[in-house]
Amino acid sequence: MPQFDPSTFASQIFWLVVMFAALYWVVAKLAVPRVGQVLDQRARVIQDDLDRAMQLKGETDAALAAYETAMSAARGQAGDHMRAILADVKAVADQRTAEISASVAKQVAEAEARIAKAKQDALDSMNKVAGESASAIVAKLTGLNPDSGAVTTAVASALKDAR
Amino acid sequence: MATENMEAGEHAEASGHAEGHGGGHSPMEQFTIKPLIPIHIGKYDLSYTNSAMFMTFAVALTALLFGLSTKKRTLVPSRWQSISELMYEFVAGMVKDNTGKEGMKYFPFIFTLFLFILFGNFLGLLPYGFTFTSHIIVTATMAVVVFVGVTVIGFARHGLHFFALFVPPGAPLGIAIILAPLEFFSYLIRPVSLSLRLFANMLAGHVLLKVLAGFIITLGVFFGIVPFVAVFGITMLELMVAAIQAYVFALLTCLYLNDAIHLH
Repeated sequence: MPQFDPSTFASQIFWLVVMFAALYWVVAKLAVPRVGQVLDQRARVIQDDLDRAMQLKGETDAALAAYETAMSAARGQAGDHMRAILADVKAVADQRTAEISASVAKQVAEAEARIAKAKQDALDSMNKVAGESASAIVAKLTGLNPDSGAVTTAVASALKDAR
Repeated sequence: MATENMEAGEHAEASGHAEGHGGGHSPMEQFTIKPLIPIHIGKYDLSYTNSAMFMTFAVALTALLFGLSTKKRTLVPSRWQSISELMYEFVAGMVKDNTGKEGMKYFPFIFTLFLFILFGNFLGLLPYGFTFTSHIIVTATMAVVVFVGVTVIGFARHGLHFFALFVPPGAPLGIAIILAPLEFFSYLIRPVSLSLRLFANMLAGHVLLKVLAGFIITLGVFFGIVPFVAVFGITMLELMVAAIQAYVFALLTCLYLNDAIHLH
Protein backbone atom coordinates (compact mmCIF):
# COMPACT_ATOMS: atom_id res chain seq x y z
CA MET A 1 0.00 0.00 0.00
CA PRO A 2 1.39 3.43 -0.93
CA GLN A 3 -0.14 4.76 2.29
CA PHE A 4 2.48 2.98 4.38
CA ASP A 5 5.55 4.13 2.46
CA PRO A 6 7.37 6.37 4.98
CA SER A 7 9.52 7.97 2.26
CA THR A 8 6.53 10.08 1.16
CA PHE A 9 5.53 11.18 4.68
CA ALA A 10 7.79 14.21 4.93
CA SER A 11 6.57 15.64 1.64
CA GLN A 12 2.91 15.00 2.46
CA ILE A 13 3.12 16.56 5.91
CA PHE A 14 5.08 19.52 4.57
CA TRP A 15 2.64 20.27 1.77
CA LEU A 16 -0.35 19.60 4.03
CA VAL A 17 0.92 22.22 6.45
CA VAL A 18 1.67 24.68 3.63
CA MET A 19 -1.65 24.22 1.87
CA PHE A 20 -3.68 24.11 5.07
CA ALA A 21 -2.06 27.35 6.16
CA ALA A 22 -2.79 28.86 2.74
CA LEU A 23 -6.42 27.77 2.97
CA TYR A 24 -6.65 29.08 6.53
CA TRP A 25 -5.40 32.42 5.28
CA VAL A 26 -8.00 32.40 2.45
CA VAL A 27 -10.79 31.48 4.85
CA ALA A 28 -9.80 33.83 7.67
CA LYS A 29 -8.88 36.84 5.53
CA LEU A 30 -11.31 36.48 2.64
CA ALA A 31 -14.20 34.06 3.05
CA VAL A 32 -15.22 34.64 6.68
CA PRO A 33 -15.05 38.47 6.69
CA ARG A 34 -16.84 38.81 3.38
CA VAL A 35 -19.64 36.31 4.02
CA GLY A 36 -19.90 37.50 7.61
CA GLN A 37 -20.29 41.08 6.38
CA VAL A 38 -23.06 40.07 3.97
CA LEU A 39 -24.91 38.12 6.64
CA ASP A 40 -24.53 40.92 9.21
CA GLN A 41 -25.75 43.48 6.72
CA ARG A 42 -28.73 41.33 5.81
CA ALA A 43 -29.57 40.67 9.46
CA ARG A 44 -29.33 44.42 10.14
CA VAL A 45 -31.61 45.31 7.22
CA ILE A 46 -34.15 42.72 8.31
CA GLN A 47 -33.95 43.96 11.92
CA ASP A 48 -34.38 47.56 10.78
CA ASP A 49 -37.41 46.61 8.72
CA LEU A 50 -38.87 44.71 11.64
CA ASP A 51 -38.22 47.63 13.97
CA ARG A 52 -39.87 50.02 11.55
CA ALA A 53 -42.81 47.68 11.14
CA MET A 54 -43.16 47.52 14.93
CA GLN A 55 -42.94 51.31 15.19
CA LEU A 56 -45.55 51.76 12.44
CA LYS A 57 -47.74 49.23 14.15
CA GLY A 58 -47.45 51.23 17.36
CA GLU A 59 -48.42 54.38 15.50
CA THR A 60 -51.34 52.58 13.92
CA ASP A 61 -52.47 51.35 17.31
CA ALA A 62 -52.21 54.86 18.75
CA ALA A 63 -54.19 56.28 15.83
CA LEU A 64 -56.78 53.57 16.27
CA ALA A 65 -57.03 54.28 20.01
CA ALA A 66 -57.36 58.02 19.30
CA TYR A 67 -60.07 57.27 16.75
CA GLU A 68 -61.88 55.08 19.27
CA THR A 69 -61.79 57.76 21.98
CA ALA A 70 -62.87 60.46 19.53
CA MET A 71 -65.63 58.20 18.33
CA SER A 72 -66.92 57.44 21.81
CA ALA A 73 -66.70 61.13 22.77
CA ALA A 74 -68.64 62.06 19.66
CA ARG A 75 -71.14 59.35 20.44
CA GLY A 76 -71.57 60.70 23.99
CA GLN A 77 -71.93 64.23 22.69
CA ALA A 78 -74.48 63.14 20.14
CA GLY A 79 -76.41 61.38 22.90
CA ASP A 80 -76.36 64.56 25.03
CA HIS A 81 -77.63 66.61 22.10
CA MET A 82 -80.29 64.05 21.46
CA ARG A 83 -81.42 64.07 25.08
CA ALA A 84 -81.41 67.89 25.21
CA ILE A 85 -83.48 68.10 22.02
CA LEU A 86 -85.88 65.46 23.27
CA ALA A 87 -86.28 67.34 26.56
CA ASP A 88 -86.95 70.60 24.67
CA VAL A 89 -89.46 68.91 22.42
CA LYS A 90 -91.14 67.28 25.39
CA ALA A 91 -91.36 70.61 27.23
CA VAL A 92 -92.87 72.31 24.19
CA ALA A 93 -95.25 69.43 23.67
CA ASP A 94 -96.28 69.46 27.34
CA GLN A 95 -96.82 73.21 27.19
CA ARG A 96 -98.87 72.91 24.01
CA THR A 97 -100.84 70.05 25.45
CA ALA A 98 -101.49 72.06 28.61
CA GLU A 99 -102.54 75.12 26.56
CA ILE A 100 -104.76 73.10 24.29
CA SER A 101 -106.35 71.20 27.15
CA ALA A 102 -106.86 74.46 29.03
CA SER A 103 -108.56 76.08 26.04
CA VAL A 104 -110.58 72.94 25.43
CA ALA A 105 -111.60 72.91 29.07
CA LYS A 106 -112.52 76.58 28.81
CA GLN A 107 -114.57 75.95 25.67
CA VAL A 108 -116.21 72.96 27.29
CA ALA A 109 -117.03 75.09 30.32
CA GLU A 110 -118.45 77.85 28.10
CA ALA A 111 -120.43 75.31 26.10
CA GLU A 112 -121.75 73.74 29.26
CA ALA A 113 -122.68 77.21 30.57
CA ARG A 114 -124.45 77.95 27.28
CA ILE A 115 -126.25 74.65 27.39
CA ALA A 116 -127.29 75.25 30.98
CA LYS A 117 -128.54 78.75 30.11
CA ALA A 118 -130.40 77.46 27.05
CA LYS A 119 -131.94 74.75 29.17
CA GLN A 120 -132.99 77.33 31.77
CA ASP A 121 -134.36 79.61 29.04
CA ALA A 122 -136.24 76.69 27.56
CA LEU A 123 -137.64 75.77 30.95
CA ASP A 124 -138.54 79.41 31.67
CA SER A 125 -140.29 79.80 28.32
CA MET A 126 -142.06 76.49 28.90
CA ASN A 127 -143.34 77.87 32.27
CA LYS A 128 -144.42 81.04 30.52
CA VAL A 129 -146.11 79.07 27.72
CA ALA A 130 -147.73 76.82 30.30
CA GLY A 131 -148.93 79.89 32.30
CA GLU A 132 -150.31 81.60 29.21
CA SER A 133 -151.92 78.38 28.10
CA ALA A 134 -153.38 77.90 31.54
CA SER A 135 -154.70 81.55 31.58
CA ALA A 136 -156.16 81.08 28.08
CA ILE A 137 -157.80 77.81 29.08
CA VAL A 138 -159.23 79.38 32.27
CA ALA A 139 -160.59 82.41 30.32
CA LYS A 140 -162.20 80.18 27.73
CA LEU A 141 -163.76 77.92 30.26
CA THR A 142 -164.80 80.44 32.87
CA GLY A 143 -164.74 83.76 31.05
CA LEU A 144 -162.80 85.13 33.93
CA ASN A 145 -159.52 86.82 33.58
CA PRO A 146 -157.28 85.12 36.18
CA ASP A 147 -154.62 86.91 38.09
CA SER A 148 -151.38 86.28 36.24
CA GLY A 149 -149.36 85.99 39.44
CA ALA A 150 -151.60 83.26 40.84
CA VAL A 151 -151.47 81.36 37.53
CA THR A 152 -147.75 81.45 37.46
CA THR A 153 -147.50 80.13 41.00
CA ALA A 154 -150.04 77.37 40.31
CA VAL A 155 -148.27 76.29 37.13
CA ALA A 156 -144.95 76.31 38.85
CA SER A 157 -146.24 74.11 41.66
CA ALA A 158 -148.06 71.87 39.16
CA LEU A 159 -144.86 71.46 37.12
CA LYS A 160 -142.98 70.74 40.28
CA ASP A 161 -145.42 67.99 41.14
CA ALA A 162 -145.28 66.59 37.62
CA ARG A 163 -141.55 66.27 37.72
CA MET B 1 -13.80 -9.19 -1.71
CA ALA B 2 -12.02 -5.87 -1.86
CA THR B 3 -9.18 -7.18 0.28
CA GLU B 4 -8.82 -10.22 -1.92
CA ASN B 5 -8.53 -8.13 -5.05
CA MET B 6 -6.24 -5.71 -3.30
CA GLU B 7 -3.81 -8.51 -2.52
CA ALA B 8 -4.23 -10.04 -5.94
CA GLY B 9 -3.55 -6.65 -7.48
CA GLU B 10 -0.47 -6.09 -5.42
CA HIS B 11 0.71 -9.56 -6.25
CA ALA B 12 0.15 -9.01 -9.95
CA GLU B 13 2.04 -5.75 -9.77
CA ALA B 14 4.86 -7.31 -7.82
CA SER B 15 5.28 -10.22 -10.22
CA GLY B 16 5.14 -7.95 -13.24
CA HIS B 17 1.85 -9.20 -14.69
CA ALA B 18 0.10 -6.34 -16.43
CA GLU B 19 -3.23 -7.97 -17.25
CA GLY B 20 -6.75 -7.68 -15.82
CA HIS B 21 -7.86 -5.14 -13.22
CA GLY B 22 -8.50 -2.23 -15.50
CA GLY B 23 -5.59 -2.41 -17.85
CA GLY B 24 -2.97 -3.73 -15.50
CA HIS B 25 -3.54 -1.32 -12.59
CA SER B 26 -3.86 -2.62 -9.09
CA PRO B 27 -6.73 -1.00 -7.12
CA MET B 28 -4.03 0.51 -4.92
CA GLU B 29 -2.17 2.07 -7.80
CA GLN B 30 -4.43 5.13 -7.64
CA PHE B 31 -2.96 6.02 -4.25
CA THR B 32 0.64 6.20 -5.47
CA ILE B 33 2.46 9.41 -4.60
CA LYS B 34 4.18 10.69 -7.72
CA PRO B 35 6.74 13.48 -7.39
CA LEU B 36 6.08 16.23 -9.93
CA ILE B 37 8.72 18.74 -8.87
CA PRO B 38 11.51 17.09 -6.87
CA ILE B 39 12.57 19.19 -3.89
CA HIS B 40 15.17 17.93 -1.46
CA ILE B 41 16.07 19.94 1.60
CA GLY B 42 18.78 18.32 3.67
CA LYS B 43 17.88 14.69 4.13
CA TYR B 44 14.16 15.41 3.68
CA ASP B 45 12.29 14.76 0.43
CA LEU B 46 9.80 17.62 0.22
CA SER B 47 8.93 17.08 -3.46
CA TYR B 48 5.81 18.70 -4.88
CA THR B 49 3.71 15.62 -5.61
CA ASN B 50 0.32 14.80 -7.09
CA SER B 51 -0.99 14.88 -3.52
CA ALA B 52 0.36 18.40 -3.02
CA MET B 53 -1.11 19.38 -6.38
CA PHE B 54 -4.61 18.33 -5.35
CA MET B 55 -4.20 20.18 -2.06
CA THR B 56 -3.33 23.21 -4.19
CA PHE B 57 -6.47 22.63 -6.26
CA ALA B 58 -8.56 22.45 -3.11
CA VAL B 59 -7.12 25.74 -1.87
CA ALA B 60 -7.44 27.39 -5.29
CA LEU B 61 -11.04 26.21 -5.73
CA THR B 62 -12.03 27.48 -2.30
CA ALA B 63 -10.33 30.81 -2.92
CA LEU B 64 -11.99 31.04 -6.33
CA LEU B 65 -15.43 30.10 -5.03
CA PHE B 66 -15.39 32.53 -2.11
CA GLY B 67 -13.42 35.19 -3.95
CA LEU B 68 -15.72 35.38 -6.95
CA SER B 69 -19.05 34.63 -5.33
CA THR B 70 -18.66 37.28 -2.61
CA LYS B 71 -17.27 39.98 -4.88
CA LYS B 72 -20.53 41.93 -5.13
CA ARG B 73 -21.95 40.99 -1.72
CA THR B 74 -25.55 41.71 -2.65
CA LEU B 75 -28.33 41.78 -0.11
CA VAL B 76 -30.25 39.24 -2.17
CA PRO B 77 -27.57 36.66 -2.98
CA SER B 78 -26.76 35.31 -6.41
CA ARG B 79 -26.64 31.52 -6.86
CA TRP B 80 -22.90 31.34 -6.25
CA GLN B 81 -23.10 33.68 -3.31
CA SER B 82 -25.83 31.43 -1.87
CA ILE B 83 -23.45 28.48 -2.02
CA SER B 84 -20.80 30.40 -0.07
CA GLU B 85 -23.35 31.63 2.45
CA LEU B 86 -24.86 28.17 2.82
CA MET B 87 -21.49 26.58 3.60
CA TYR B 88 -20.59 29.41 5.98
CA GLU B 89 -23.88 29.22 7.83
CA PHE B 90 -23.81 25.42 7.94
CA VAL B 91 -20.40 25.31 9.62
CA ALA B 92 -21.01 28.43 11.72
CA GLY B 93 -24.26 26.89 12.98
CA MET B 94 -22.48 23.65 13.78
CA VAL B 95 -19.72 25.44 15.73
CA LYS B 96 -22.21 27.60 17.61
CA ASP B 97 -24.54 24.71 18.46
CA ASN B 98 -21.76 22.46 19.70
CA THR B 99 -19.28 24.80 21.35
CA GLY B 100 -21.38 27.83 22.20
CA LYS B 101 -20.32 31.44 21.74
CA GLU B 102 -16.80 30.93 23.13
CA GLY B 103 -16.08 28.41 20.39
CA MET B 104 -16.82 30.92 17.61
CA LYS B 105 -13.25 32.25 17.68
CA TYR B 106 -12.11 28.84 16.41
CA PHE B 107 -14.71 28.96 13.63
CA PRO B 108 -12.21 29.95 10.87
CA PHE B 109 -10.05 26.94 11.74
CA ILE B 110 -12.99 24.50 11.70
CA PHE B 111 -14.34 26.06 8.51
CA THR B 112 -10.89 25.60 6.93
CA LEU B 113 -10.78 21.99 8.12
CA PHE B 114 -14.25 21.32 6.68
CA LEU B 115 -13.53 22.95 3.31
CA PHE B 116 -10.10 21.31 2.99
CA ILE B 117 -11.49 17.81 3.58
CA LEU B 118 -14.66 18.45 1.55
CA PHE B 119 -12.81 19.68 -1.52
CA GLY B 120 -10.13 17.00 -1.10
CA ASN B 121 -12.79 14.29 -1.05
CA PHE B 122 -14.74 15.71 -3.99
CA LEU B 123 -11.67 16.33 -6.16
CA GLY B 124 -10.56 12.76 -5.50
CA LEU B 125 -13.78 11.47 -7.06
CA LEU B 126 -13.01 13.11 -10.41
CA PRO B 127 -11.52 10.82 -13.02
CA TYR B 128 -7.71 10.85 -12.78
CA GLY B 129 -8.14 12.61 -9.49
CA PHE B 130 -6.02 11.99 -6.44
CA THR B 131 -7.55 11.80 -2.98
CA PHE B 132 -5.09 13.22 -0.48
CA THR B 133 -7.48 12.34 2.36
CA SER B 134 -7.01 8.65 1.53
CA HIS B 135 -3.51 8.85 3.02
CA ILE B 136 -3.29 8.03 6.71
CA ILE B 137 -0.40 10.41 7.20
CA VAL B 138 -2.53 13.36 6.03
CA THR B 139 -5.59 12.49 8.13
CA ALA B 140 -3.36 11.61 11.10
CA THR B 141 -1.54 14.95 10.90
CA MET B 142 -4.84 16.82 10.89
CA ALA B 143 -6.19 14.69 13.74
CA VAL B 144 -3.04 15.19 15.82
CA VAL B 145 -3.16 18.95 15.26
CA VAL B 146 -6.79 18.96 16.41
CA PHE B 147 -5.94 16.74 19.40
CA VAL B 148 -2.93 18.78 20.49
CA GLY B 149 -4.76 22.04 19.87
CA VAL B 150 -7.80 20.96 21.89
CA THR B 151 -5.61 19.72 24.74
CA VAL B 152 -3.61 22.96 24.81
CA ILE B 153 -6.85 25.01 24.81
CA GLY B 154 -8.19 22.83 27.63
CA PHE B 155 -5.13 23.32 29.82
CA ALA B 156 -4.88 27.02 28.97
CA ARG B 157 -8.51 27.59 30.03
CA HIS B 158 -8.74 25.32 33.05
CA GLY B 159 -5.16 24.58 34.11
CA LEU B 160 -4.85 21.31 36.03
CA HIS B 161 -8.62 21.36 36.54
CA PHE B 162 -8.79 20.11 32.95
CA PHE B 163 -8.13 16.61 34.36
CA ALA B 164 -11.68 16.76 35.76
CA LEU B 165 -12.70 15.92 32.19
CA PHE B 166 -11.72 12.32 32.91
CA VAL B 167 -13.93 12.03 35.99
CA PRO B 168 -17.53 11.41 34.95
CA PRO B 169 -19.84 13.93 36.64
CA GLY B 170 -21.97 12.58 39.46
CA ALA B 171 -20.23 9.20 39.63
CA PRO B 172 -19.46 7.76 43.09
CA LEU B 173 -15.75 7.73 44.01
CA GLY B 174 -15.36 3.96 43.61
CA ILE B 175 -16.79 3.97 40.12
CA ALA B 176 -14.94 7.18 39.21
CA ILE B 177 -11.62 5.50 40.03
CA ILE B 178 -12.43 2.71 37.59
CA LEU B 179 -13.90 5.03 34.94
CA ALA B 180 -11.21 7.70 34.95
CA PRO B 181 -8.53 5.53 33.24
CA LEU B 182 -11.13 4.46 30.67
CA GLU B 183 -12.06 8.08 29.99
CA PHE B 184 -8.38 8.95 29.75
CA PHE B 185 -7.81 6.12 27.30
CA SER B 186 -10.80 7.12 25.18
CA TYR B 187 -9.43 10.67 25.17
CA LEU B 188 -6.05 9.46 23.95
CA ILE B 189 -7.63 7.28 21.26
CA ARG B 190 -9.47 10.27 19.77
CA PRO B 191 -6.84 11.22 17.14
CA VAL B 192 -6.60 7.57 16.08
CA SER B 193 -10.34 7.15 15.54
CA LEU B 194 -10.63 10.60 13.98
CA SER B 195 -7.88 9.96 11.41
CA LEU B 196 -8.76 6.31 10.75
CA ARG B 197 -12.42 7.10 10.08
CA LEU B 198 -11.68 9.52 7.27
CA PHE B 199 -8.76 7.54 5.88
CA ALA B 200 -10.63 4.21 5.86
CA ASN B 201 -13.76 5.68 4.31
CA MET B 202 -11.84 7.28 1.47
CA LEU B 203 -9.60 4.25 0.93
CA ALA B 204 -12.45 1.72 0.91
CA GLY B 205 -14.63 3.82 -1.37
CA HIS B 206 -11.93 4.31 -3.98
CA VAL B 207 -10.75 0.69 -3.87
CA LEU B 208 -14.32 -0.51 -4.30
CA LEU B 209 -14.87 1.82 -7.25
CA LYS B 210 -11.64 0.71 -8.87
CA VAL B 211 -12.35 -3.00 -8.41
CA LEU B 212 -15.88 -2.69 -9.79
CA ALA B 213 -14.60 -0.57 -12.68
CA GLY B 214 -12.11 -3.34 -13.42
CA PHE B 215 -14.99 -5.82 -13.68
CA ILE B 216 -16.57 -3.70 -16.42
CA ILE B 217 -13.51 -4.32 -18.60
CA THR B 218 -13.15 -8.02 -17.81
CA LEU B 219 -16.86 -8.83 -18.21
CA GLY B 220 -17.11 -7.12 -21.59
CA VAL B 221 -19.77 -4.88 -23.13
CA PHE B 222 -22.78 -7.14 -22.45
CA PHE B 223 -22.27 -8.36 -18.87
CA GLY B 224 -20.22 -5.33 -17.97
CA ILE B 225 -23.43 -3.34 -17.67
CA VAL B 226 -23.99 -4.87 -14.21
CA PRO B 227 -20.78 -3.54 -12.60
CA PHE B 228 -21.25 -0.34 -14.60
CA VAL B 229 -24.58 0.30 -12.90
CA ALA B 230 -22.98 -0.64 -9.57
CA VAL B 231 -20.12 1.82 -10.15
CA PHE B 232 -22.66 4.49 -11.01
CA GLY B 233 -24.59 3.87 -7.78
CA ILE B 234 -21.47 3.67 -5.64
CA THR B 235 -20.17 6.91 -7.13
CA MET B 236 -23.37 8.56 -5.88
CA LEU B 237 -22.79 6.93 -2.50
CA GLU B 238 -19.18 8.13 -2.47
CA LEU B 239 -20.27 11.70 -3.20
CA MET B 240 -22.43 11.45 -0.12
CA VAL B 241 -19.65 9.86 1.93
CA ALA B 242 -17.25 12.61 0.82
CA ALA B 243 -19.56 15.28 2.25
CA ILE B 244 -20.50 13.28 5.34
CA GLN B 245 -16.89 12.52 6.29
CA ALA B 246 -15.92 16.19 5.99
CA TYR B 247 -18.92 17.01 8.18
CA VAL B 248 -18.08 14.28 10.71
CA PHE B 249 -14.45 15.39 11.00
CA ALA B 250 -15.49 19.00 11.58
CA LEU B 251 -18.30 18.02 13.95
CA LEU B 252 -16.05 15.82 16.10
CA THR B 253 -13.51 18.63 16.22
CA CYS B 254 -16.32 20.86 17.53
CA LEU B 255 -17.30 18.29 20.16
CA TYR B 256 -13.68 17.90 21.33
CA LEU B 257 -13.36 21.67 21.44
CA ASN B 258 -16.53 21.85 23.50
CA ASP B 259 -15.04 19.40 26.01
CA ALA B 260 -11.94 21.56 26.27
CA ILE B 261 -13.92 24.78 26.70
CA HIS B 262 -16.74 23.61 28.96
CA LEU B 263 -15.28 20.37 30.40
CA HIS B 264 -18.59 18.50 30.81
